[in-house]
Amino acid sequence: MIRILVSVAQIDLAEEMARIEGQDVGAVASFCGLVRADDGVDCLELEHYPGATEAALERIAQEAAERWSLQAATIVHRVGPMRPGERIVLVLAAAPHRRDALDACAYLIDRLKTDAPFWKRETRGQDARWVEARDSDTAAAERWTS
Amino acid sequence: MTLTILYFAWVRERIGQAEETVTLPEHVVTVGDLVAWLATRGGGYAEAMAEPERLRAAVDQTFVGLDAAIGNAREVAIFPPVTGG
Repeated sequence: MIRILVSVAQIDLAEEMARIEGQDVGAVASFCGLVRADDGVDCLELEHYPGATEAALERIAQEAAERWSLQAATIVHRVGPMRPGERIVLVLAAAPHRRDALDACAYLIDRLKTDAPFWKRETRGQDARWVEARDSDTAAAERWTS
Repeated sequence: MTLTILYFAWVRERIGQAEETVTLPEHVVTVGDLVAWLATRGGGYAEAMAEPERLRAAVDQTFVGLDAAIGNAREVAIFPPVTGG
């Protein structure tokens, strides 16, 4: 079962794991991204494209389900303002065995980075700036197309 | 033809609004044409549209290149490369 959630609420790891474990799966791989306090960042704000964001995440999860024998996939992404140390994104991939779970989990987060319409804005004191996209993220997503 | 245009991130900030409805002139066929046309409005529009290679777009919520036709779309979004995750 695919679960997509884009919300301003804090991400509850235990609740999301429990939802997956309740589906009689064999292995769960997880990735959780946190707000880094890079060079004194004191606030990170996430903007997104409502509707298109959820559709993009759903599509990425469907593609993973076609590629690996997934039993469940969860993508939870936070939006709005958040502080260093808080969770931005959680990806869970469940499969009968570890290899599919691990590979699908990496695929989900790599594709999310380049294919889902989110934008990060960092604030350091009075200075706010939009985060630039990184070529390394594009390269990480492209390795799955070869 | 009327079209809703959505702006995100620094594109939205430079233009000063998140959304507007416009009547397209006939010569605007592709998303790139739309970007060029918006740039002619000057001010924040010119600033936001100054470097089309830094812009990405979606037509009716499907991600496309700037050479994509707008066709009978109801909604076009213009934004910087995405930075989620």
